[in-house]
Amino acid sequence: MIRASGITFSYGTRSILSGIDLAAPHGQVLGLVGPNGSGKTTLLRTLHHALVPRTGSVLIDGDDLRRLSAREIARRISVVVQESPGDLPLLVSDMVLLGRTPHRSSFARAGAEDDQIAARALARVGALHLAATPFDGLSGGERQRVLIARALAQESTHLLLDEPTNHLDVRYQHEVLDLVRDLAVNAHHTVVVVLHDLNLAASYCDQVLLLHDGQVVARGAPDDVLTPEHLEPVYEVEVRRVALDDGFQLAFRPRRARADAPRSTPHTAPRPRSA
Amino acid sequence: MPSTVVLAPLSARSSNDPLGRRRRRRRNAAVLTALTAVLAVSAVLGVAIGPVWVAPADVVRILVGHLTGSPAEGLDLSADAIVWDVRLPRVLLGIGVGAGLAVCGAALQAMVRNLLADPYLLGINSGASSGAAATILFGVTLGLGEHALAGSAFLGALAASLLVFVVARTAGRITSVRLLLTGVAVGYALSAVTSFLVFASGSAEGARSVMFWLLGSLALAQWGGPLAALLVVVLATVLVLTFWARRLDALAIGDETAHVLGIGPTRFRTQLLVVVSLCVGVIVAASGCIGFVGLVVPHLARRLVGSAHAWAVPASALLGATFLLWADLLARMLMQPRELPIGIIAALVGAPFLLLLIRRLHPSS
Repeated sequence: MIRASGITFSYGTRSILSGIDLAAPHGQVLGLVGPNGSGKTTLLRTLHHALVPRTGSVLIDGDDLRRLSAREIARRISVVVQESPGDLPLLVSDMVLLGRTPHRSSFARAGAEDDQIAARALARVGALHLAATPFDGLSGGERQRVLIARALAQESTHLLLDEPTNHLDVRYQHEVLDLVRDLAVNAHHTVVVVLHDLNLAASYCDQVLLLHDGQVVARGAPDDVLTPEHLEPVYEVEVRRVALDDGFQLAFRPRRARADAPRSTPHTAPRPRSA
Repeated sequence: MPSTVVLAPLSARSSNDPLGRRRRRRRNAAVLTALTAVLAVSAVLGVAIGPVWVAPADVVRILVGHLTGSPAEGLDLSADAIVWDVRLPRVLLGIGVGAGLAVCGAALQAMVRNLLADPYLLGINSGASSGAAATILFGVTLGLGEHALAGSAFLGALAASLLVFVVARTAGRITSVRLLLTGVAVGYALSAVTSFLVFASGSAEGARSVMFWLLGSLALAQWGGPLAALLVVVLATVLVLTFWARRLDALAIGDETAHVLGIGPTRFRTQLLVVVSLCVGVIVAASGCIGFVGLVVPHLARRLVGSAHAWAVPASALLGATFLLWADLLARMLMQPRELPIGIIAALVGAPFLLLLIRRLHPSS
């Protein structure tokens, strides 16, 4: 379980996060949602000390991250980050085996046991057949699954994901989040996921944290947080909620201009702040 | 409580060598063995070929004789002297310099995530040149006696990399872009210092010596402490970088990935800088600035054994040593009795090689 309290972070004088509390228990998926620039990615990065918060603390299973070595943190938390080897292309198998790094001394080579774990992780995401191919040649969905396999090979009990559904088509968006949800429900892992798509958050998260300008606007079950009352002032759009099966879906459209106000054109309309 | 057992065992059919890594290991081990054999043959030829030809069989007999302490019989003493005193130290120096430059190039390319990086990226060669120029032109000896040139070059190299390190480090972090730019800036500044020293001395003879030194040469090779130190440092560097292979793989992907895998990117980069600076400093002090080896050889090695550093580092070492041996042979033999600076050969052979690799590397783009 991850518990963060009083997290503040700033780049220079620009405040990004101000006093955020968060609790992500075992066996649940916590979604971080909010518009661009709301601080959700920054918050995720403080949770594994890729960024060290200016004030506040992050506890993982009760231990303060500041007292844990980088390797110990990596044994407890795995993170799916979107970085590509670029000019030095690695094979998919090498990529996944890197997940074993925190479990081996820096001088030890990967052994047969590591091979087994990496292969099972690849099989788990349905990508074992890609093991001997270059990572760079994969499609977006395949890359995402391989990166998740690397996180699985890390064998930690906490999983953090930053926009794992980016660039994926609808089928893979659901496949990836099904997989993530399965880890939380069946293996009781702690999962924290940054999501742009509020409908995906509604379908896959147990809890969501709605951020705006570095502060928590609302928190709780998706049903209670993802409401027009909460979302409209934050996203500055009109929100409609439609019951669907046993859940709900959200539909959005631009706010209607007031009758007495001059009609704003796309060129002069205030743009959302980008991250 | 959370469990870590979420991964189902594989079916029996695929559980033996599930990633195909054993097959690749066998293949790459064969490649490394072949490269070792080529290096050994090249070394013997490097000793055999020269103004006086010594048959390779005799070379081997003389080497074995010296190593076992029972001199080979029936060979004239001049052959023994040529092989043991003149050519062997030079061949060993070539092996050390070539292997060291190649592995340092491979490490730096991973460290700054740029295929154009080479061991001189950090301004090390410029620092060494300034030190060497001060000794050649103004007789600065630093009380080092006969090792004054090598000593001042080494100190210049270390001073340059320290400067790069201090300037590139801001707010406790060292990023690859900052390192790259700082290295280039410091390199230019120190080149200007060297040029200024040449200009200020007003000595045409001195300027020629500096120029010759800048282009690199193995001609100063001789038995003794400096050669032994170089071989030990290079061997240690090759081993350390091979052991760090997985960390290099992670750092080559990105700082975030390294962090996520429990490797502090800034800390690891600092460790790499120390290792590489020492190794390149020792090499430059012994042989001047031999370019292109550290840039080209890692690319060739990756083509042969793949990008994973566990294989690419040892392959770079073997290839670099072989490459430099042959470059030195050409430098010695092409314009006999004059000796060409080896840097000219390395660049002339290396550049077309690199162009060819670039075409092969990205056939589609």
